[in-house]
Amino acid sequence: MSQPRTLDVGALAPGAFGSRSLMWWGTLGMVLIESTVFALAIASYFYFRTRMPSWPPGGVAPPDLRWGTINTLILLASILPNELAKHAGEHVDLRGVRIWMVVCLLFGLGFNVVRVYEFRHLNVMWDHDAYGSIVWVLLGLHTTHIVTDFLDTAVLTALMFVGPIEEKRFVDVEENAVYWNFVVLAWLPIYGVIYWAPRLM
Amino acid sequence: MSERLELPHAAEDIALLERTWAEPRGFAGWFFHVDHKSIARRYLVTAFVYFLIGGVLAALMRLQLSRPDNALIGPDLYNQIFTTHGTTMMFLFAVPVMQALGIYFVPLMVGARSIAFPRLVAFSYWMFLFGGIFLYTSFLLNAGPDVGWFAYPPLSEALYAPSRRADVWAQLITFTEVASLATAISLITTVFKLRAPGMTLNRIPLFVWAQVVTSFMVLFAMPAVMLASTALILDRLVNTHFFDVEHAGDALLWQHLFWFFGHPEVYIIFIPGSGLVSMILTTFSRRRTFGYLAIVLSLVSTAFMGFGLWVHHMFATGLPQLGESFFTAASIIIAVPTGIQIFCWIATMWSGRIHVKAPMLWILGFFAIFICGGLTGVMLAAVPLNTQVHDTFFVVAHLHYVLIGGAVFPLFGAFYYWYPKITGRMLSERLGRWFFGLFFIGFNLTFFPMHVLGLHGMPRRIYTYPTVMGWGALNLAASIGALLMACGVLLFIVDAVSALYAGEIATANPWGAGTLEWATSSPPPGSNFPCPPTVGGREPLWENPPDQPVVIGLRTDVRDVLVTHVLDAEPDHRLEFPGPSIWPFLTAMATTVMFVWSIFTPWGVVYGSLPIFITMVGWFWPKSAEEGGTQPWPIHHRTLPQPGEAPAAGGAI
Amino acid sequence: MQSVLAPAGTQSSSIYSLWSLMLLASVVVFTVTLLFVIAGLIRGVRRTRNEGSPSSERTLGRAVAAAIGATVTILIALLVASVWTGRRVASLHASSAVTIEVTGHQWWWEIAYDDAVPSRRVTTANEIHLPLGRPVVLKVTSRDVIHSFWAPNLLGKRDLIPGYTTAVWLQVDRPGVFRGQCAEFCGLQHAHMAFDIVAEPEADFERWLDGMRQPASEPHGAIEQRGRDLFMTNRCAGCHAVTGTAAHGQVAPDLTHVATRSAIGAGTLPNTREHMQAWIKDPQASKPGNQMPANPLSADDLQALLAYMEMLR
Repeated sequence: MSQPRTLDVGALAPGAFGSRSLMWWGTLGMVLIESTVFALAIASYFYFRTRMPSWPPGGVAPPDLRWGTINTLILLASILPNELAKHAGEHVDLRGVRIWMVVCLLFGLGFNVVRVYEFRHLNVMWDHDAYGSIVWVLLGLHTTHIVTDFLDTAVLTALMFVGPIEEKRFVDVEENAVYWNFVVLAWLPIYGVIYWAPRLM
Repeated sequence: MSERLELPHAAEDIALLERTWAEPRGFAGWFFHVDHKSIARRYLVTAFVYFLIGGVLAALMRLQLSRPDNALIGPDLYNQIFTTHGTTMMFLFAVPVMQALGIYFVPLMVGARSIAFPRLVAFSYWMFLFGGIFLYTSFLLNAGPDVGWFAYPPLSEALYAPSRRADVWAQLITFTEVASLATAISLITTVFKLRAPGMTLNRIPLFVWAQVVTSFMVLFAMPAVMLASTALILDRLVNTHFFDVEHAGDALLWQHLFWFFGHPEVYIIFIPGSGLVSMILTTFSRRRTFGYLAIVLSLVSTAFMGFGLWVHHMFATGLPQLGESFFTAASIIIAVPTGIQIFCWIATMWSGRIHVKAPMLWILGFFAIFICGGLTGVMLAAVPLNTQVHDTFFVVAHLHYVLIGGAVFPLFGAFYYWYPKITGRMLSERLGRWFFGLFFIGFNLTFFPMHVLGLHGMPRRIYTYPTVMGWGALNLAASIGALLMACGVLLFIVDAVSALYAGEIATANPWGAGTLEWATSSPPPGSNFPCPPTVGGREPLWENPPDQPVVIGLRTDVRDVLVTHVLDAEPDHRLEFPGPSIWPFLTAMATTVMFVWSIFTPWGVVYGSLPIFITMVGWFWPKSAEEGGTQPWPIHHRTLPQPGEAPAAGGAI
Repeated sequence: MQSVLAPAGTQSSSIYSLWSLMLLASVVVFTVTLLFVIAGLIRGVRRTRNEGSPSSERTLGRAVAAAIGATVTILIALLVASVWTGRRVASLHASSAVTIEVTGHQWWWEIAYDDAVPSRRVTTANEIHLPLGRPVVLKVTSRDVIHSFWAPNLLGKRDLIPGYTTAVWLQVDRPGVFRGQCAEFCGLQHAHMAFDIVAEPEADFERWLDGMRQPASEPHGAIEQRGRDLFMTNRCAGCHAVTGTAAHGQVAPDLTHVATRSAIGAGTLPNTREHMQAWIKDPQASKPGNQMPANPLSADDLQALLAYMEMLR
């Protein structure tokens, strides 16, 4: 029998921010999965393009630029309150978290509402042909993300008002902000494909 | 190595620790479990049950094909049987069983108290269970899928498959992919962040490397089949036109998306198998694995290259020749990293001190069978030869040689290897040898003749064949071989069940192995390690110095887990893990309702989302202000370090 | 009969050579590798009993490196052989070749011999005749789901995909009848979707083709006449075509010269009077799920119809 030496970890902090946290890695896993889905959907869009003599097929008009571009601006603008919320989270600043998350939600409401107009101005229905199908699915996949991200953020915001609040929740605020950024940035190539590819090809 | 340590904790501390990590008892309590070992045991048993069902379906196929012009099973039932056999084995057995072994053993092998995101892993199990129940309920209601496990459109489109059968298939995919993705995220996070101090990257066990590599493959491959199956459901349900050639759709797009998933899928199945081979062979050769770095690089390069081969499933479609040559080259070159692993394994045996027990028998069987399968794979990579034997029984032979040889043989070896750790009992060495013999001979008798049948013109997926083709004798031999395999499996079930009650009691390390799961009792306590280990070598139980430190300072009144840095596994912070919870089960039920509902109407997605939202809020919402182990608000001073800040002083030896 | 290992055509012979090479390489690699596994096992077991000498990591390293080198060499050789064979197979071509359109249906093969002069086009089903020793091109597609055209004695398979028409060349070098079968799962009767390729000397082929160009024979006797009337008034004409009559159905095999074919139901039954009788009465008995419904006819009517079918040469 021997007496082992010991490594005393009792003084370690009960959590951490950033890539030190487990949640960050879970979020990264989600980002990789969703990025792959978007990339494959975009690849499918271009695959259909290679099979057709003209694009969009059948002389259909490309989606109206107006609502998609407006929404892109709203989404990009939402990065600002999002980053401020993230910063407040990392500084364990409850007041800052509350304010900026509510602002984020307002932006979120905005881009979800505008998304409805985007769908209505795609100028093609999902059951018209494969082009209509892939455009609706591309937009629909991203919409699933903005809807669920809005709901996630709303629940977390509610929690930061209603409680029970503890220090660990501020890591969740930070991770939520990371995912929000992903949802916004993932939109850019999708916007390019839906709105500009038919005009440039 | 010493098996008995003077524990630095008092006995009362240990008792409190085990109470903290204990799972609720009783029938109702069973639905609340989040302990990775408990979830993994269910996963293993459920996956094995699906394996048996898949085997029964195969037996029915062999029965029908044992004679020409057999009238035992008609085409409609046969098509459901072979589709469900393939779907079961690929989606409900092969991937989940390997993930289940990971769920049980990866935390133990890296010296952690828990898997990362335990509730997510529990959710993964319930989705897996419900998916299988959904599939078999449909089968019993004459709505079993009948379009092949690969469901090519247009055959799987509404026009040619008007019933709900193809929708059942497509939605089963969604169940199993969600389950696999959830587990993959947990496994990656566990290996990156929960390793014992001292377990640097080059000390990670090869089985754990295999699980990490596989989990990354899952993250990138599963989305392809989810996208494809969703597109199929949309075509069938709401008239999209992804695969409908009348409206600018394309039947080949399905094949590209499906095989972009499908080829990595087989490596997702084989790579954990190769991890098992490395592990068992090393233990029974009693030396470090030869060529550790080469094997790790082989695993990683196989994973990358596995994503570049998918078109070799489409060589008969008439794609341009130049593109096909690229995929031939890739499909042939991927044999190199696999070959490197095989040579390193031979070198390990060559220079080891081998004792042959039941687990090792299966590894030896693996060599014979997997190498044969790999060689027919090289043949299939050659386009001209592929155009002859594609979609014939030659491919059936190939795929079973590589999947059963490369995954199931190591898996049965792992059952014999790890049964003592999971249950605290040894399996019977004698029955193990009989099982191996029957299965090895039966397997070869079943599948080797299929190479010949394919070369003699027998296509796949046919419910009968004329006498005049001369295929009867070999088919009969194959059916007899299946019977032998079934007898072997039956022996295993008898052994596994009886050993639970009458097996020899297992010590902590009956095989004299070197990895950390053998450093704790058989079975392990709820906390995995009353004193979490640190690591001083790649085979800790063989190479740790006698005074290798153990970790102290983790709380015993909550489920406190040590989190370390990704690269060097230095201690970083502690984290309180969740206790038993009903929310994973409830969320899985809500998700199941939504998935099943949505194959009947698109509104199922909308209405079905509401219960899921509710259960997820329940899952996430904290119970009390002290649930996370951090200070409740308002705090006096922050205890959590900022992203760039160094960890608090910890690690005093 | 339907075998990769009995090549009778140019493509299948090239493929057979590649197969032989790869089989030889595989047997050698398998045997050598397994011998090393066994040798390693024996050495390792002996070392447990404290016999045998230790091996240095460096020697092992060199051995592994050598094995990798040998592996890469063999694989590259096989890759070269494969690409070379592929180019040989793809190089078969002729400027004017017999052009045959093969269209897959659930569960039969529509065959059409193309011709610059529309009246000289020939439409038939499930049986293809080819001249010996000349390249022939098949243009293949499908009318419904994916099928695959596979006659292993002659060439590798080619999938028939709706929305795609691809060309595949073949040449038969030995006379004979070669069976082929659908090789892509296509539904209920995928197992009963076979065809025959009859390879014959040029002169015989031209004679056959000319015969196929003629419209259907006129019935001579009253019974055959009655048979034709039954064909036209019952459901037959709705699905099947008989050139030179009122039957113009497009969804089932062309029956203009059905009596010349050796099998019916796409290889399901031999083409004899008894089998034809059983088939017409209830096709579902021998090919359950296929598109042809049962035809309950009186015994006399059936005999008349059969008499008519038999004279469709």
